[in-house]
Amino acid sequence: MKITKEIVRKTAHLARLEFGSEDEDQIMNDLQKMVDWVDKLSEVDTERVEPLTTMSSEINAFRDDKPKPHLPRKDALKNAPKHNSEYFTVPKVID
Amino acid sequence: MSTEAYSEYQLVVGLEIHIQLSTESKLFTAESTAYGQPPNTNVSVITLAHPGIMPKLNKKAVEYAIRMGLACGCDISRYCIFDRKNYFYPDSPKGFQTTQDRTPICIGGVVPVNLKDGEEVNVKLNRIHLEEDAGKSIHDEHSDESFIDLNRAGVPLIELVTEPTIHSADEAMAFMTEIRRMVRYLEICDGNMEQGSLRCDANISVRKKSDTELGKKVEVKNMNSIRNVGRAIKHEFKRQINLVEEGKPIITETRLYDANTGTTFSMRTKEELNDYRYFPEPDLSPFEVTEDWLNEIRLSMPATPRQLRSRFVEEYGLSVYDTEVLTSEKEVAAFFEEVCEKTTHYKQVANWVMGPIKSILNEQEGDEITIPIAPEQLSELVEAVENKKINSSLAGKQVFPYLVNNTNKTVSDAISELKIDISGQDDISDIILEVLGAFPEKVKAYQNGKKNLMGMFMGEVMKKTEGAANPQKANELLRDALDKKEKEE
Repeated sequence: MKITKEIVRKTAHLARLEFGSEDEDQIMNDLQKMVDWVDKLSEVDTERVEPLTTMSSEINAFRDDKPKPHLPRKDALKNAPKHNSEYFTVPKVID
Repeated sequence: MSTEAYSEYQLVVGLEIHIQLSTESKLFTAESTAYGQPPNTNVSVITLAHPGIMPKLNKKAVEYAIRMGLACGCDISRYCIFDRKNYFYPDSPKGFQTTQDRTPICIGGVVPVNLKDGEEVNVKLNRIHLEEDAGKSIHDEHSDESFIDLNRAGVPLIELVTEPTIHSADEAMAFMTEIRRMVRYLEICDGNMEQGSLRCDANISVRKKSDTELGKKVEVKNMNSIRNVGRAIKHEFKRQINLVEEGKPIITETRLYDANTGTTFSMRTKEELNDYRYFPEPDLSPFEVTEDWLNEIRLSMPATPRQLRSRFVEEYGLSVYDTEVLTSEKEVAAFFEEVCEKTTHYKQVANWVMGPIKSILNEQEGDEITIPIAPEQLSELVEAVENKKINSSLAGKQVFPYLVNNTNKTVSDAISELKIDISGQDDISDIILEVLGAFPEKVKAYQNGKKNLMGMFMGEVMKKTEGAANPQKANELLRDALDKKEKEE
């Protein structure tokens, strides 16, 4: 897979990363190396192998539908970058 | 624009319905799902996406999803995983929504709905999958900040996706009505659209009837009632045709419905370029639906409105129209069945339920339905009328209102407390003589063969007794009195 500037910009946007255009070439090269390295896996024939979706062999790990005590609001808000006494607050997300 | 131009186009609608499951706790965590709590009080470290936490699946949510799937005739998946749908939005602290992309719990399915003109159409389903709800953003409290309440984040939803096979606003509304009825009958969701427990997004496009390819679709959100779903679709249909006719492009976008104007407007968010990059959620183990579990769910499932409708036709001999009305609300249908266990005059019970009881229910505000009379009371009342203990007019005008106001009283209580004379013979004889005395000409005409004047005499008698007379008895007495007069002369 060829990593283009386009892909770098799109990936950066999706990950909400910002960097100057002077770093773009370096990031593009690094990303290309990473992708090439992982691409090595494509050499393995996985024709009859079911995709692995979890590292655990557990199945049907259910919880009963019973509410339990949870966090007091004060504690819930505590670690947020911004909040008031009731809500988390963020820069306006709609025009 | 002329109406002919509109008729050249076909409307194509697919609906995505989010159904909030009425479990007590969230989909992957144990906090309460209660609506209307103070902001950010139903949250845990899992909802807040703190590091190192492990979600665990609520078994009841899976069962509820399967109930809906069985009711819609879907195939139930036997092996399911969850997927992460990645996007950044403040109402989802994890940066992804846990959903089912690859292995929806229910696949396919069909929901038959009856249109107003009696036609039945099948709405085809694509899938029903389990996912978690997002929190709520409040944009109008502050000029440059949005407020986030995460109480709703993680509440279990099923998303029901139809195929784009709906071709009119009426069809979409009938479908929504049936879905709302189904989830309430199945007891998996309260069906409250105002509070957002049931939400509908519509993917709407238009094409020339001669075209085979679908037009560009517009997604419309924010329709908080079934009526608004219909209005939004009608508006979009016209708006899109006008654009095509003017040679302007239809933009694939999300629009919001404005209930005040009945129109839609473009939702310009600052988040564009979505690419959800779904991948399997590694923190949740897969789940299997065994044959035993499926049977258990099937056997414990409440009846669907459709099952009830055919039962009402078969067991009670009611018309399709009557069964439609009786099953429109779960509570009403259950009440009807309860009364029918106590009396076999099913049609009469149906008439009481669809008439006086429905009109009281129509006055009730909000979504809560309270049947105003006890089942025993109604069965007694029906029996009393059928056994000619009281006439139907008296039953409707006096006894029924009495019972509604005194739900612990019986029909006999009503008769004695309202001082209803159930023999009534003497009183009526006087009244009959009075009536006959007042219309000597008519009496003569009757005796000369104008027997159809009987109706007019009956009318007068009923008027004078304020409807309290037993019509059959009054008729008998009236006939006797007229015969007697004839002999006297």
